[in-house]
Amino acid sequence: MKFSRRDFVRGGISAFSVGFAAPQFLCDIALAQGAAFRNLVVLYLGGGNDSLSMLVPYRDPFYAARRPTLAVPAGQVLQIGRDSAGNELGLHPRLTGLRTIYNEGRLALIQRTGYQNSSRSHFEGTDIWSTANPLSTQGPGWLGRYLDTIPAPVDPLYAWNTGAEVPHSLLSRLVAVPSISNPAAYAFQSPNGAAEAALEREAAMRMSSHLPLHRPHLAFVNASAQAAFATLDRVAIVGAYAPTVTYPANGFALALRAVAAALATQIGTRIFWVQTGGYDTHAAQGGTYTTLMTTLNDGLLAFYQDLSNNGLLNDTLILQFSEFGRRIIENGSGGTDHGAASVMMAIGGRVRGGIYGTAPSLSPDPSNPTLENGANDVRHETDFRSVYARVIDNWLGSNSAAILGGDFRGGPDFL
Amino acid sequence: MAADPRVQHLLRRAGFGATTAEAAAFSQRGFTPTLDALVDFHSTPDDVDALIGQDGYSAVTPSAGGMDPFSPASYINDARQRWLFRMVHGRRPLQEKMALFWHQHFATAYSKLANAVGGPGATQMMAARASEHPSGLRGEIELFRDYALPYFRDLLIEVARHPAMLYWLDGRLNTKARPQENFAREVMELFTIGVGEFTESDVYAGARVFTGWNLRRIGDARDPLGFFEFFYNGGQHDTGAKTFSFPIHADGSKTIPARAESGGMQDGIDLLTALARHPSTGRRLAQKLWSFFVSEVRAPDAGFVDRIAAVYTRSNGHMAPVVRAVLSSREFDAPDSYFARFSWPVEFVARALKEIGYAGFTLNSALGPLSNMGQQLFEPPDVAGWERGPAWFTTAAMLARMNFASTLTRVQRDNIAAAATGNGATPEALVSFYLDRMSPAPFEQNAYASLLNYLRSGPAWTGSAAQLRVKAPGLIHLIGGSSEYQLI
Repeated sequence: MKFSRRDFVRGGISAFSVGFAAPQFLCDIALAQGAAFRNLVVLYLGGGNDSLSMLVPYRDPFYAARRPTLAVPAGQVLQIGRDSAGNELGLHPRLTGLRTIYNEGRLALIQRTGYQNSSRSHFEGTDIWSTANPLSTQGPGWLGRYLDTIPAPVDPLYAWNTGAEVPHSLLSRLVAVPSISNPAAYAFQSPNGAAEAALEREAAMRMSSHLPLHRPHLAFVNASAQAAFATLDRVAIVGAYAPTVTYPANGFALALRAVAAALATQIGTRIFWVQTGGYDTHAAQGGTYTTLMTTLNDGLLAFYQDLSNNGLLNDTLILQFSEFGRRIIENGSGGTDHGAASVMMAIGGRVRGGIYGTAPSLSPDPSNPTLENGANDVRHETDFRSVYARVIDNWLGSNSAAILGGDFRGGPDFL
Repeated sequence: MAADPRVQHLLRRAGFGATTAEAAAFSQRGFTPTLDALVDFHSTPDDVDALIGQDGYSAVTPSAGGMDPFSPASYINDARQRWLFRMVHGRRPLQEKMALFWHQHFATAYSKLANAVGGPGATQMMAARASEHPSGLRGEIELFRDYALPYFRDLLIEVARHPAMLYWLDGRLNTKARPQENFAREVMELFTIGVGEFTESDVYAGARVFTGWNLRRIGDARDPLGFFEFFYNGGQHDTGAKTFSFPIHADGSKTIPARAESGGMQDGIDLLTALARHPSTGRRLAQKLWSFFVSEVRAPDAGFVDRIAAVYTRSNGHMAPVVRAVLSSREFDAPDSYFARFSWPVEFVARALKEIGYAGFTLNSALGPLSNMGQQLFEPPDVAGWERGPAWFTTAAMLARMNFASTLTRVQRDNIAAAATGNGATPEALVSFYLDRMSPAPFEQNAYASLLNYLRSGPAWTGSAAQLRVKAPGLIHLIGGSSEYQLI
């Protein structure tokens, strides 16, 4: 596999460039769209999330045996009941806010999500989840393909990446997704006073207005500049938003705060990407994972409450994934190596909360059908594309078969 | 003498651009002597660090605050400033450029190390010069400088046993009872042969190979001079044989034989040597060097990759002839390779400082903007490094570049106004003066017209000193923030 984002972006440039239209016009379109669409926040836990520590099968007799130092003690898990096979499950002790959301019926936990022949490579695995295609990870991402179905001209703020780099999932042939991690810093500065600054901004906009087809790399940069100018004023509105709750002071929570601000100020953005890293817990996982869960829980709870206070819960869906789960057995470093299936979460006012799918049996018997790789990794039960399909069909109101390149309907009915 | 465009091209790619004086001096020498000076950089003294803090150069700001001195071996933001200083003022530009290349190739992030050993210890591992370390151990970036152009195999071995890497990919915890796969996977997938050239069982065997490649602490935890050093722990080495899907030894055998604990470190040397020698490694490096030095607009010619990979093989992975072959190739010098590379944020910043001016500018003020542009030195996002090419140009990153040009021109207003004096009789003359100094990619007609329109907007053009104090910084802001200027 020799996929590179750069190659893809290069291949897509000409189509992408000519898809751009006049900024003011686009702002009007965005405002006209109002709140008629539903919002999707995709949350990526980077590094490979250890689902067995997040959603704990604490009664499995092999859980503690195979994880002598990492097993979350049964007495500490936040019990949330049983799955359809009767396995008793509990959330990580730091996920108190998620348990509240679960008890409100607005959190769906989808166990053992993955795909056949799961890649153990971060990069290939992420590309597979991004393209929703385990066989070929070239080309646009699944959300990018959705963006390509939206009638042109597409508002340049239709989607918003809160990270530094546009994720492969959001790479589109026709739509350039802006990356805005800090709305307050998203402004055009000048060495001069206000009147002169306005002249400079006008000139800079004109300079980037032309997309020379014979110089696609220059056109690409110009298109980014255009998208910046087309989004500046609306992002400034977002930057001025005062949240209804206090968010923790970390990058993850601040990204969620920006998403809540964009939704509350109704600037028209519908698709958001949020990611948080550190899940590649090869070593000293116990303390690290506790910190990860604290960050995840506290950020999500603040976001959930902010959405709730703004009456946005019913219009918003949070969908969480990671590129793979982790090995069942601990390694010698108090950590876990790369595994296979993991857990997905969906949160929102219209989510049918509950536990979907069945927990693996952790028995080391090599014939254990819920495991693979010599009974060392969790085997997938639910194809992750069936989760995407439900989001595309039942939430975005689009056609999953067209976007995913196949019929993956009939998966967990959490929406 | 006017700057030679070929020499400027070479200095943008094999270095970080050139001041007006540097461009003139190297143009006088010509392309080939300049290339020789860049590659044979050992003939130029490495004395740039002594200039830090002196007048006439970029300034630095100690990040500890208070009265603490500038401490690039202890504070990571000081280390970042020192590296930027070397990019802007160093006399061995290709050495710094290759250090950046290797930093991207063996991407290691400070923050994970700092979580484990604290900020000063992690900074030491990343950036200390040997002379700044109690035991003379080089920081990882010094390794990349010292091995900028020697043999790839030697660099690979040094990286594999460097404390920064042993923390970053958890090798320090790799023991025979529980082998640790992190380093074994990435050394094959990212550092050498690439995806598709190895199997999962190669990863497991690789993890066993490196069991016992651990660390030990010298001095106890309270000792301010304590540090970590590489330690081959034979008692933790898996002594069994390991078999791979690709040849390990020159005779084609794929098995590393069972070895006693005492000699087991040779397992890792065997594997790293095999990976460095594997034909896919030379080809992957040739492709990476293409996009780093030659073009991101065109895919590498098959012929180019074949030729460069052949130089790699013939020279046993000696990077000096490999890089020289890249920079003296006809593809490098082809017209469509000029400005066919998207500048990295640090390249943009260093070049802007060289071409717009640095007097009175503290490099500390570049660190926040660089982060907004998507590149913080010593903090690549993951082991695959930064996403390059068009991926640098998110909307926020583009704004951050425009805004850096604004910040710099504001700080440089006096110098800019002084330089503009006598060159601003007409708007055309002023634009022409700065396009010569800043050497951007050729401007599109509408962009050029917009620059002139900007100068003519507002009060009528007089070219007075007062007008130049406003319009010249405004113009340089527009050029520095233009799309044309982002290409190198």
